[in-house]
Amino acid sequence: MARVITVTSGKGGVGKTTATANIGAALAALGNKVVCIDADIGLRNLDVVLGLENRIVYDLVDVVEGRCKLRQAMIRDKRLEELYLVPAAQTRDKSAVSPKDMKKVCDELGKDFDFVIIDSPAGIERGFKNAIAPADEIIIVTNPEVSAVRDADRIIGIVEAEQKGPAKLVVNRINHDMVSRGDMLAVADVLELLAVELIGIVPEDQAVLVSTNRGAPISLEAKSKTGQAFRDIARRIMGEQVAFTSANGGGGFIGRLSKLIRSGGD
Amino acid sequence: MLPEVQIKGIREGLLVSVGDGEWIVAEQSLLGELGRQKDFLKGARLILDVDQHEINAASMGRLRDQISEQGLSLWAVLSRSPLTERSAQAMGLATRIHQSEPEPEEKGEEDETPSSLTEANALLLRKTMRSGASLSHPGHVTLIGDVNPGAQIIASGDVVVWGRLRGLVHAGAEGDDRAVVCALDLSPTQLRIAGHIAIPPQERGEKTPEIAYVKDGEVVAEEWNIGRNKDEQK
Repeated sequence: MARVITVTSGKGGVGKTTATANIGAALAALGNKVVCIDADIGLRNLDVVLGLENRIVYDLVDVVEGRCKLRQAMIRDKRLEELYLVPAAQTRDKSAVSPKDMKKVCDELGKDFDFVIIDSPAGIERGFKNAIAPADEIIIVTNPEVSAVRDADRIIGIVEAEQKGPAKLVVNRINHDMVSRGDMLAVADVLELLAVELIGIVPEDQAVLVSTNRGAPISLEAKSKTGQAFRDIARRIMGEQVAFTSANGGGGFIGRLSKLIRSGGD
Repeated sequence: MLPEVQIKGIREGLLVSVGDGEWIVAEQSLLGELGRQKDFLKGARLILDVDQHEINAASMGRLRDQISEQGLSLWAVLSRSPLTERSAQAMGLATRIHQSEPEPEEKGEEDETPSSLTEANALLLRKTMRSGASLSHPGHVTLIGDVNPGAQIIASGDVVVWGRLRGLVHAGAEGDDRAVVCALDLSPTQLRIAGHIAIPPQERGEKTPEIAYVKDGEVVAEEWNIGRNKDEQK
């Protein structure tokens, strides 16, 4: 059975969809069979980030409402053989799908894939509930800013209450220069509050914007450091021990990280 | 006709029973009745008997908030539904009162004054309270763990946090301004004791254990010194 991983954040705009696309692509590039589901019904954009927008015929709501078979709604990636997307409907809203529907879709996909990656909408309402209902594991994406961390904390609390296992954390858009000047929260500050396992640190990088606009995940660009950060996340998901490397060369604060990672509260 | 709401005074507070039927209707008539009687009931501790109504955690939280808006405090929910009991427990509400069967003593309410809080009426919890988590308890609260920003503890007695207290805390919430708040790292977003509200300074240097209490009508916080018991005046 596939591992169903939901990528969520609470706050919008922290990079959930970018993370979903890049982690999904990186996992597929490592030889896994991966399907990404866009659970952001009404505001879909995982298809755009993956560059598959123009291939959509059927979507998740069509599957749920029985207008097509699940197979028909799955779009194969143009670069990777084993990466698929189930797009969201753009013309409907979150109420078109129930948590039960999501579980059913994931059960069906689970037979044929190694990973099902679900891109959650922002917020803690219906769309979020749909996205986490089928999840075996949760990845929380946050930015090193107080409001994003506050929302991540709330989400972690809900995930714990739903007994979806300890959430894992990706700190996205860290700017090491700003951190060293003391103008940005350091990863250690974020971890001190959230107290969950860190699974990735992604630097702030304008190339990400370019790659999402082009519809080509940066994790497939071999030379990109940001791409490497996403590839590292994929390897950690697969159970490898991958050391955290610091983009600014100074290993000082990264060195402290492992000591600060504590188990989450029960 | 709306289902009947019965209010009886018992030793533990006010026992409020709601009628059968749809919860949404029963809830409305409950809130209506409390609203009509709120001047008379003000400050009372409610024990809500919802019988077999199924109330999920979200509705329970909303109900508790609505009841506290009426100036009442909900401290226990009695129910035959396991779901409702779980929701109540998740909110930190009691689901049993000391008597096995609530004896309807028709004597009107015996108002529990905060000073009658005993050490027995204390809650010990071991958890991290994350943003959005809320705990209210008619007594003292001791928490082993952190209270993150966006979480809140409301207690009618003292609050002790063996950890970082960075959310909102209200001690002596029923008006006892002798209540204290202690924490290993006392940096709440807002600290209230009875009717006093304090907003602590943003940055503190050394993180030392502190105790906050009301002195001459103002909330003060001071370092906890071993060997001197600040609390002796209680």
